[in-house]
Amino acid sequence: MTMEKKSPLIRLVVVGNGMAAMRTVEELLQSDGSALYSITVFGAEPHPNYNRIMLSCVLAGDKSFDETIINTREWYTQNGITLIAGDPVVAIDREAKTVTSQSGRVVAYDKLLLATGSRPLAPSIPGLGLPGVCAFRDIADVEKMLAAARTKSRAVVIGGGLLGLEAAWGLKQRGMSVALVHLMPTLMERQLDVPAGQMLQKALDRRGISFFTSGQTERITGTDAVEGVQLGDGRFIPADLVVLAIGIRPNIDLAKAAGLQIGRGITVFDDMRTSDPAIFAVGECVEHRGQVFGLVAPLWDQAKVCASQLAGDASAVFASKALATSLKITGIDVFSAGALAAADPDDDEITLRDDARGIYKKVILRDGKLVGAVLYGDVTDGQWYLQLMRDKQDVSAWRERLVFGRAFAEAGADKPSGPDYAAMPDDTQICGCNGISKGTICKAIRQKNLTTLAEVRSHTKASASCGQCSSQVEGLLAYVTGAVKVAKKTICACTDSSHDEVRAAITERKLKTMDAVRSELGWKTPEGCQKCRPALNYYLLCAWPGEYGDDARSRFVNERVHANIQKNGTYSVIPRMWGGVTTAAELRAIADVADKYAIPTVKVTGGQRIDLLGVKKDDLPAVWRDLNSAGMVSGHAYAKGLRTVKTCVGSEWCRFGTQDSTGLGIKLEKLCWGSWTPHKVKLAVSGCPRNCAEATIKDVGIVCVEGGYDILIGGNGGIEVRVTDKLTRVASEEEVLEITGAFLQMYREQAHYLERTAPWVARVGLEAIRARVIDDHKERRALFDRFLFSQKFAQVDPWAERVAGSEAHEFAPLEEV
Amino acid sequence: MSTANWKKIGRLESIPVRGSRRLCSSHFGRPIAVFRTSDDRVFALVDECPHKKGPLSEGIVAGDTVACPLHGMVIGLSDGVAVAPDEGAVETLPVSVVDGEIYLHLPEPGVSG
Ligand code: SRM
Ligand SMILES: Cc1cc2nc3c(=O)[nH]c(=O)nc-3n(C[C@H](O)[C@H](O)[C@H](O)COP(=O)(O)OP(=O)(O)OC[C@H]3O[C@@H](n4cnc5c(N)ncnc54)[C@H](O)[C@@H]3O)c2cc1C
Ligand code: SF4
Ligand code: FES
Repeated sequence: MTMEKKSPLIRLVVVGNGMAAMRTVEELLQSDGSALYSITVFGAEPHPNYNRIMLSCVLAGDKSFDETIINTREWYTQNGITLIAGDPVVAIDREAKTVTSQSGRVVAYDKLLLATGSRPLAPSIPGLGLPGVCAFRDIADVEKMLAAARTKSRAVVIGGGLLGLEAAWGLKQRGMSVALVHLMPTLMERQLDVPAGQMLQKALDRRGISFFTSGQTERITGTDAVEGVQLGDGRFIPADLVVLAIGIRPNIDLAKAAGLQIGRGITVFDDMRTSDPAIFAVGECVEHRGQVFGLVAPLWDQAKVCASQLAGDASAVFASKALATSLKITGIDVFSAGALAAADPDDDEITLRDDARGIYKKVILRDGKLVGAVLYGDVTDGQWYLQLMRDKQDVSAWRERLVFGRAFAEAGADKPSGPDYAAMPDDTQICGCNGISKGTICKAIRQKNLTTLAEVRSHTKASASCGQCSSQVEGLLAYVTGAVKVAKKTICACTDSSHDEVRAAITERKLKTMDAVRSELGWKTPEGCQKCRPALNYYLLCAWPGEYGDDARSRFVNERVHANIQKNGTYSVIPRMWGGVTTAAELRAIADVADKYAIPTVKVTGGQRIDLLGVKKDDLPAVWRDLNSAGMVSGHAYAKGLRTVKTCVGSEWCRFGTQDSTGLGIKLEKLCWGSWTPHKVKLAVSGCPRNCAEATIKDVGIVCVEGGYDILIGGNGGIEVRVTDKLTRVASEEEVLEITGAFLQMYREQAHYLERTAPWVARVGLEAIRARVIDDHKERRALFDRFLFSQKFAQVDPWAERVAGSEAHEFAPLEEV
Repeated sequence: MSTANWKKIGRLESIPVRGSRRLCSSHFGRPIAVFRTSDDRVFALVDECPHKKGPLSEGIVAGDTVACPLHGMVIGLSDGVAVAPDEGAVETLPVSVVDGEIYLHLPEPGVSG
């Protein structure tokens, strides 16, 4: 009692400098109760308080460490808080009311707050202690992973839950090859049902992560450092880095030693007090009514309650709410809340699945109420479902529309889609991570005159954690401020004009130079930028063939020097191999070139030809000269232009072939080579519907059939696979050639620069193309003629030109000094 | 700054407008990119992008910036500093143009910065 006399303030000691602890302190500071306290915070980590959630973004390179700091050291000082970072508390003496730290500091408390978080689970397998094995919990772990990613190449992540997947994705982004081992047959099985888990796996598989599901890790091998992971079924995965992410368990050691009541976590009651009324606990270290926690949303509620209690409000109680999970991997949208599947025969599961668009939605109903939702691909309605679950609202009236989302369910099909912010109740939760409602956000926007997402973020914390609700916060901002949300899409910041407007102005106002375009359309920069110059150069080239002189300085290096730059500054050279057919003489010449110029790698490409990789820039003209003299020309493997025409053997050899697909492929390649297009263009011809040339994912694919040819357009095998649309079936090769040329010319004249045929076809629609290229013969002929005309100027081998001396300065350095 | 370290490296015309040439200097030990802007200003930078050492001499020059050919980071020619939001900087070297001749100032061997 003597101690209390010394200081009129209540001494609050906080153990743990993590997310829950500091949120509690922040809440306390905002209340009137804060004047009562002097606060000391112990943190085991040597950093100020940071946003643990963002470690995934730091790993993936989307954020820096500094951006994750929530409270700087100055903040602690300004608020009169003593921060002891890097010195964990090792004992609590409940009798004397003191804590002792590792370095021997003894600090007395009146109130103690435990927020020690959790520890990564470690399986009992051999090899855990090897260098190169780490968990994914704190900054130190991320630093280990980043160091490994800089010098090593193979990573294995054990655990296919949220953390494991984010670790795998981050390491992949950092350039490692990544394998993921998961004990269960599908990923995130506690948050996702089987179809959603499979769609997720497929999407990540496409992004290059290899999965070993149903994989039991037997041991981690290696002598001085990790060498690989041995699975129980005999599979072995080599590795330089192993990341364990199989789960967490509450960090209760300190509480246990102090004799507090514990279960899986530190037992807390509804007022966030432990079994000792002077000691509170919040965060992942606690167990409340049998439940432990692993996401931040409930911790914020705990922090509020705990702060209110500390400030003297005895009525504040914590009750856990339905929770939602999402995954922070760019471009992959996953949401799950509540039940994953019908638990008994009276439950209803309603599912919507659209594989083509990669969308899956499932809602689970019990007694007319929503009890679970699993969303993949489109998660806009996630928070709405969560709110319905929390409100236990009767949704039977919408039963059949519920799965289509809020706009549809509440309004029927004729209302505009997207959330109706006016109709949304104020307590609808927008930011799940921080528990911020619509009302709070709108109030802040109005009272503080906020105008940007960043401002709303810093004032309310909405969208400041995982960021998935950013678009909704922006929507609210627009709703409150009345600002127009969609800005016009311009080519770049140099201009207010869109791609279409620029293209139209070039032809209608006969603008023939870049300067003319820029001054006529009021460019804001005198010479444009890296984005608009290549686009203008292409548009002018397309509009004025033979008249406009190409501007090498507005071309990406590959198109300027007619070879592909590689990561080490060397180049690759791919000669054309018409229709994928070569000869012994060509192969011999390629072999000779490889020998003569000491070219390190010779590779068969995915486009049916041969790539010489690692050519020094200064050797390029000589390499080309040798290839030219063996009859080979540039394959334009670098061009926004025709790349390859893949073919299969067809009727000449194949027992199923219906037409000469190889011959037709060569004719198409001879017709189209050299053309400049908005983006690269690839063709293929298959001799029968077995489609060995993969024609159905090409910009133009021809599938030969008995008596004819199917012309398919708008396919893409790239980042987002798109299967072609069938344009028409014709009877002769001549028609194939003319329609292909006309289609490509329409694409050349209409598409935006860097827009491939797949998105262009999807944007303008198949019918618009059919109308001009198929139905209107005169129009088709006119397009084809324009194509042929521009080809007159385009079909010049750029290699031969340079062998003859053009652009010589490109291939020689300045004088040596 | 001793005049002895000013090296003549070629004529202005030998660099394309809005372009660049590489310079090999065994003396300096690292590749150097010499740029010429549309208004005939000349800049010299170490030819290594701060991101992953991409050859800046192969980038598209616009105004007084160059875009790295490998992953598109935009670097200011006058100070070598990456344009926000990117971060990083590459060393620059003093150049001057006298009567159409470009002179480059090289530091003492082994001294950088
Ligand atoms: C060499 C090659 C890989 C190989 O070793 O097989 C290759 C190499 C590159 N591809 Fe590819 N692609 C190669 C066939 C393909 C294929 C397969 C095909 O053509 O049948 C595809 C999928 C089909 C498609 O395009 O629809 C393909 C889809 C891509 C994409 C994704 C395009 C998309 O629309 O999503 C890119 C990225 C881009 O262009 O922006 C890309 C980009 C690249 C770049 C240019 C990356 C770059 O910017 O440096 C690589 C250049 C390497 C070089 O310098 O040589 N590569 N690339 C293949 C060259 C074919 C050829 O003979 O010309
Ligand atoms: C990579 C990653 C991504 C995540 N992503 C999400 C997400 O997207 N959404 C979501 O809701 N949640 C996410 N989480 C979970 C979320 O970060 C945690 O729920 C939250 O951080 C728990 O807060 P806490 O305060 O209980 O524990 P912590 O934030 O871990 O804080 C506990 C602190 O106490 C310290 N400590 C422990 N013992 C002592 C001691 N004896 N003395 C002093 N200090 C001690 C620890 O070092 C630690 O700094 C993620 C977690 C990780 C690791
Ligand atoms: S060649 Fe194509 S698939 Fe391979 S790494 Fe390069 S861009 Fe990716
Ligand atoms: S190396 Fe220059 S942007 Fe990557």
